[in-house]
Amino acid sequence: MENQSCVKIINEWDIVAARQLGRNVAKELGFGTVDQARITTAISELARNIYLYAGQGQVCIEKIYDGGKAGLRIVAVDSGPGINDLRQVMEDGFSTSGGLGAGLPGVKRLMDEFLIDSNPGTGTDIKATKWLR
Amino acid sequence: MNSTILNYIQNNKDSIFNEWLDATKENADERVTKVVSDQVFIGTSREFIDLIISNIKSSNEEFTSKLSDFSEKIVRLGWPLSFVTKGLQTFGKIVFEDMQETGIVTQENQMKVIYEFDSWMTPMVNEVVNMYSSTWERTVSLQKIALQELSAPLIPVFEGITVMPLVGTIDTERAKQIMENLLNGVVKHRSEVVLIDITGVPVVDTMVAHHIIQAADAVRLVGAKCMLVGIRPEIAQTIVNLGIDLNQFTTKNTLKKGVEAALELTSRKIVNVEGVE
Repeated sequence: MENQSCVKIINEWDIVAARQLGRNVAKELGFGTVDQARITTAISELARNIYLYAGQGQVCIEKIYDGGKAGLRIVAVDSGPGINDLRQVMEDGFSTSGGLGAGLPGVKRLMDEFLIDSNPGTGTDIKATKWLR
Repeated sequence: MNSTILNYIQNNKDSIFNEWLDATKENADERVTKVVSDQVFIGTSREFIDLIISNIKSSNEEFTSKLSDFSEKIVRLGWPLSFVTKGLQTFGKIVFEDMQETGIVTQENQMKVIYEFDSWMTPMVNEVVNMYSSTWERTVSLQKIALQELSAPLIPVFEGITVMPLVGTIDTERAKQIMENLLNGVVKHRSEVVLIDITGVPVVDTMVAHHIIQAADAVRLVGAKCMLVGIRPEIAQTIVNLGIDLNQFTTKNTLKKGVEAALELTSRKIVNVEGVE
């Protein structure tokens, strides 16, 4: 698909590659600097989660059009251990790795739409969208 | 090495070369043809063929050193590895097919020739791939060292005041270095205030923030105060969105304001001198 490009997350430097890609797409779509920073930060969080918890996965950046609106969607997919309690990870300050625990709830606040689907043992699938205003 | 193959290649060097050149040029993608001129292409190709042939004639060590020189040259030219390995394959195929046409290879000795051929080509391909990867590995490790060198310098600017400017992406490795340099430097320079400047950090996510918070905590333990400066407006917004608590920090948006605040903390200030010619 022309509107979608993906980065495989295998090592730490792939996180940088993913957010570089996100920044470029955001720039192309005409997002302002603040939204660009929001999008790249969100990608950074999601990609780092994949690297930290699942080991490997994929981050895709999509340009989406809905009616007159344009937007950017981040799709982060992995087949890692999955998340046991979704409610718990969406709480601020919860972390299993000694981090700040602001990642997922932070991404939700950084983006306009946030969908998370995860089952223990089968992996995690996160879709986060930012609309161009 | 089978002398029939050797003789054949030596006697038909030019015709093989021309055939190979045509075949390769068709295969060569833009990456190859765009970066080099025709002359360089032909020159290097000839060298390539000479090299393949010298493999038959010269000793192993001589060939290895030649091959390493050649690989380095190719890497510098920016030729992709796939092009070179394909070139080797094409060369083998041309020689073999030509030998078949001229009747040197017959039904009876076919298997034997193929076997000979393979034991000659395969080590060569391996060697080329090896050379390539080691050249790349060296480049990468050199770059890694270069990156480490500029990763986290600590600069004393006034007595008791030091600045650590951070530029670029912060990964786990760098975060560790930042922490070490910061603590060593604070003790060494007897700093009272340390300013961490993040103007050059493109993305501040929870991990980066976490590392900075940890570093600041550690700095406090050795008896100094940490200030975070160079927070751009968009970074400020993302930090708020992420819900990261930086309340224990003094933060300023520019290094200049940070230095002023640091001087104030150490009961000093910058004044304009009047009446001096």
